[in-house]
Amino acid sequence: MSKVLLKVENLKKYFPITGGIFSKKIGDVKAVDDVSFFVKRGETLGIVGESGCGKSTTGRMLMRLIEPTEGSVIFDGKELTELNDTEMRIIRKDVQMVYQDPYASLNPRHTVEQILEEPLIVHGMGDKQERRKRVKEMLEVVGLSGYHAKRYPHQFSGGQRQRIGIARALMTKPKLIIADEPVSALDVSIQSQVLNLLEDLQAEFGLTYIFIAHDLGVVKHISDRVGVMYLGRLVEITTSSKLYEHPLHPYTEALLGSVPIPDPTVSLDREILTGDLPNPADPPQGCAFHTRCKKCMDICKIERPQLAEIEPDHYAACHLYEQSI
Amino acid sequence: MEVSLNKNPQTPNLPEEDNAVSPWIEAWRSFRRNKLAIIGTCIVLFFIMIAIFAPYIAPSGINEQVMAKRLLPPSSEHWFGTDDFGRDIFSRVLYGARISLWVGFLSVMGSLVVGTLLGILAGYYGRWVDTIISRTFDIMLAFPSILLAIAIVAVLGPSLRNALIAIAIINIPNFGRLIRSKVLSVKQEEYIIAARGIGMKNSRILFKHVLPNSMAPVIVQGTLAIATAIIEAAALSFLGLGAEAPNPEWGKMLSDARPLLTQAPWTMFFPGIAIMLTVLGFNLMGDGLRDALDPRMKN
Repeated sequence: MSKVLLKVENLKKYFPITGGIFSKKIGDVKAVDDVSFFVKRGETLGIVGESGCGKSTTGRMLMRLIEPTEGSVIFDGKELTELNDTEMRIIRKDVQMVYQDPYASLNPRHTVEQILEEPLIVHGMGDKQERRKRVKEMLEVVGLSGYHAKRYPHQFSGGQRQRIGIARALMTKPKLIIADEPVSALDVSIQSQVLNLLEDLQAEFGLTYIFIAHDLGVVKHISDRVGVMYLGRLVEITTSSKLYEHPLHPYTEALLGSVPIPDPTVSLDREILTGDLPNPADPPQGCAFHTRCKKCMDICKIERPQLAEIEPDHYAACHLYEQSI
Repeated sequence: MEVSLNKNPQTPNLPEEDNAVSPWIEAWRSFRRNKLAIIGTCIVLFFIMIAIFAPYIAPSGINEQVMAKRLLPPSSEHWFGTDDFGRDIFSRVLYGARISLWVGFLSVMGSLVVGTLLGILAGYYGRWVDTIISRTFDIMLAFPSILLAIAIVAVLGPSLRNALIAIAIINIPNFGRLIRSKVLSVKQEEYIIAARGIGMKNSRILFKHVLPNSMAPVIVQGTLAIATAIIEAAALSFLGLGAEAPNPEWGKMLSDARPLLTQAPWTMFFPGIAIMLTVLGFNLMGDGLRDALDPRMKN
């Protein structure tokens, strides 16, 4: 069994822009542009970035909930982009997703029992009694009670619903869980509860996570390695400790600088990101970040930097470090 | 003042037993509070009872002609008077409820089932499926509906059954469009994406997730459409394209009474009132259902 559970290479998603009377294609929104990374078994890979940087699109493409335009996704030795619908449905037993909005991701007309039982029914796992038993078990694993099974989603709070969403993802005993901003819709006090739950579950069931978020604090708390995305591209990826202590890419520096520090005496000479995110339908030439970069050089406006290993296990896409390779 | 302390802060105020409140129960609770809706429902139930028990309530049959008693005004013997054949109008109106409600329910059922199926396919699959179905609806809606119904009856031949089929057909696009637009919004919901993520087949997603969440406006429309269907059936019968003599269809009774309007207005008044009350009942009930089921009102 190889150590790498998921390998993504040159993943792209272009959404066509159409216009004119005949709806001709006049361009592309490059939502995800040439993203490559891998995830080892049992680890948590965090993916961070601003809104609209393509992190959710990437997550959904891994499950082919959005069809990739190009690229390969190798999960557990299988090339997912080449599977047909039936084969892909079977794979989904092993790759599950936790969604962002706990108010929208549960069918309002189904009871919790029906919601949790469904993955088992779909994948033909167990008879009715076994399924019911597992529903009760999983409810208790995520910190709810068996008697909650007969209730409807609207009878729960946001945090409780997200626990139900997590329980649903765990029902089929998946290998990989893609958590798409699982705590960003929750109150801060509930966030840490849910994060701790995710960590406990990982230890208990040996899960692998891809954790998508825009909150660096949350990602630091849970990830072994972190990838930073900007405008559809992966700009830096490394271990959590290296990223937070010694960021290489100016964008990562700026992101870290924008995390508020709850201490009024700390001086504010940190890098603060200025300017707006460029239009993804018309991204800047060269390095996508050069319009907002403090260390912008001439080459940045012309040539797009490639993701390269600058230090061991520390990849960044930036011209600043090219001489050092 | 005494304050009761909650000893179990984990689950405040929640008894530890099944207390499931389904969205349908919630809708019923809000429906129950709506006075007009309850009045409407009572009217509808009243007419349903009349339809069921007509043979037991009616003092005479639908076609018992007593020539000596032609065109008698309402009296204690003939509550609603008699018509030009000496038939008891009260009895005929009672039996008429059977026909009108039957036509209303059946035609709406037909258009609801067909319209829902087509609409859900158009909305969920999109692309050419949507183009074909939606353009067909557009063409059907381009005709005034009663004209289309007349055309269909003209082709099939005038009878109550064919009028029913015609009414069912002309109402299909209304249901189809309604559910199509609802499906378009429901299929973007995260729980539908989640259903795909779980590994569900399209058929299961459609019938277990999309359909139940798209039904609320169809139920409302269905109730209101029964009212319209009753009027349309009456209109077709009035034009001589629906019920045949001696069937006591309310629209047919109106049409038969037309030449008698000045000398015996009761021949027209009572069937007309019956139509009006039934339609009013269904409309009030439908409005109440809309308030109770429409999520936009709720949130």
